[in-house]
This record gives sequence, C-alpha cells and structure tokens, in this order.
Amino acid sequence: MMCTVCGCHDHDHDHDHRLIAVEQDILGKNDAYAADNRRLFASQGVFALNLVSSPGSGKTSLLVRTVAALKDKMPVAVIEGDQQTEHDAERIRATGVAAHQINTGKGCHLDAHMVGHALEHLPTLSGGALFIENVGNLVCPAGFDLGEAHKVVILSVTEGEDKPLKYPDMFAAADLMILSKSDLLPHLRFDTAACVDFARRVNPNIEVLTLSAESGEGFAGWLEWIETRRAHCD
Amino acid sequence: MHEISLGRSVIRIVEEEAVKQAFSKVVVLRLEVGALSPVEPEALAFCFEAVAKGSPAEGARLDIIRTPGLAWCKTCATTVPLKARYDPCPHCGGHQLRIEAGAELRIKDMEVE
Repeated sequence: MMCTVCGCHDHDHDHDHRLIAVEQDILGKNDAYAADNRRLFASQGVFALNLVSSPGSGKTSLLVRTVAALKDKMPVAVIEGDQQTEHDAERIRATGVAAHQINTGKGCHLDAHMVGHALEHLPTLSGGALFIENVGNLVCPAGFDLGEAHKVVILSVTEGEDKPLKYPDMFAAADLMILSKSDLLPHLRFDTAACVDFARRVNPNIEVLTLSAESGEGFAGWLEWIETRRAHCD
Repeated sequence: MHEISLGRSVIRIVEEEAVKQAFSKVVVLRLEVGALSPVEPEALAFCFEAVAKGSPAEGARLDIIRTPGLAWCKTCATTVPLKARYDPCPHCGGHQLRIEAGAELRIKDMEVE
C-alpha cells in the first residue's frame, strides 16, 4: 500500500504517524506578551504609542520635541529601537527624559517581549505617556503588536507620497499618519492631498497630521491629539 | 512582514507541542495562510527549511493552505470576495472595506512520528 505521507510504495516500513491538531495563531506568542504589556499600561494609566516609519523620517527629532513639551505635565519615557548604537536614547536623555535603548542586532522590528523587558529599565509612568520608537522599517513592525494604544506612522514629505500604496500593511495598521518635515514643503513637489488619498485607500479611518519638528508648525495639533487620545484610553 | 521571525514562531510552537504531546519528528506541518494575511507564502516556505534545522520540524513537508479573503463593503452593504488586501471592492470599486476573513496565519495541524 502506498504511504499517504511520503508517497513511498516500494518498501515496507512502519511510519506510526499521528495527526495533532494545533490550531494556534503563529503570532500568538507575541500577542500574549503584547496583552501583558497592555494590561500593565492599563493598570498604571500609561498611554503608549508605537512610532513606525522608514529610517530617516524624523521620528527621533519628533520625539525630542514632544517629550520636551510633555515632561513637565506628566511622567514621560521613551523606548528606542535600532539595530545598533545608543545614539537615539542619548538624544532623548539630553532632554532630561528617561530612555531605554533596545538594540535588535540582526532583528528588523521590536516585539512585545523586548518591550516588556525594556519596561524594567524605566521608571513607573503612572498616568503618563510612553513612546516606543520602532526600528526604522516600513514592513516588518506592522505585524507585531507591542501592547500600544495606537501605532503612529510617520512619513516625511521628502519621501514619495505613494508610500502608503507601496507599503500598505503599515498604513493599514496605524491609526494616525504624521506628515513630518512640513517646513520643507515649499521646496518639494510633494502632493499632500494625493498622499492622504492613498493612505485612506488602504485605511479609510486613518487620521492625518502635518507638522515640522524643526519649525514647530502643526505641533500643537499633535500635542492635542495625544491629550485627547490619552483621555480616551482610561 | 518578517518571514524569518514567523518561521521561528512556528518552530517554537512545534517544540512546545513536541514536549506536550511526546513526539520527536514532524512529518507534515500544515499552515493556514489567508490571502489577506501580510505574509508571502513563498518567502515563509523558503526560510522554513533554514529555521527548522535542529528542531523536530527539520525535514518536514510544509503544506500551506491558502484561505480566501472576504470583506464587508460599507458602500454596497454586503460581503464581497477580495483577492488581495487593498484591492477595491469588486462591485463598486470603493475602498470602504472591512476584512472579515482571510487574515489567518496559523498552524492548523501536523503529522508526527
């Protein structure tokens, strides 16, 4: 008789196969760690954001200005994710805000387990805000829940406006798209309306803010967004 | 999405099952990968062999079952089939879609010895 598993029929052997139903989500482990993080944030009233983008979109500059504006109003801390170096955490610490750097080595994204351990190195943020700057990568971080309240995708106006179509998973996973470096708009041919239209094709509900961490334009809207969302996350 | 991490997650689940269910070798591993899940089945299959080395899944045959995509179209007020994420509604051409099925990424079952 032909073996249904390996297709062999020219020799006798005893396979003794068993079928095991697994029915497990492949990202289940990460999701379980993310749920732990989310429970911890909820118990301490911490508003956590996961910032994702390509390398060079200005995430760290955005964060430096953001934490400087918030630090006297609430407890604030930052988790930085990069393949190598402590540079970004040092830039945050220079503002007087606590930061923990995760170096992912060969890894291309943060996962919920890394974030859980990073929290051990930060002060308790009761009633405050935690910003997680993910590894600069518009692909992989889309699939990994860290336990955040919202993913925020940052797209600088020096990039192509069609990035939401080229990297749709990230824009579909985010609740807010920030168009950064808006002070450069007069020098560029970036079509903001087209960019927003592309983003809403992949995510009809995505919110959009345009700002510059350099000039500060649009920054009040971002701080207000944080304030409103933070109030809603309780 | 990063297929190597996903491959490693698969192997971790297999290793846990190997202890729980007392087996040493996986012969066939069946995964359900929805048409709308952010995974390239070919990339997953490609890296699977590498990440399975030294685990009970080494040498196992990987069967990837593709499940079809379905979405609720707000404009048409009906469920429509969807070939790929971010495709427009096949009836009205709009993008007001909410995915209802086809985002699966799971280990269904395995044949072990």
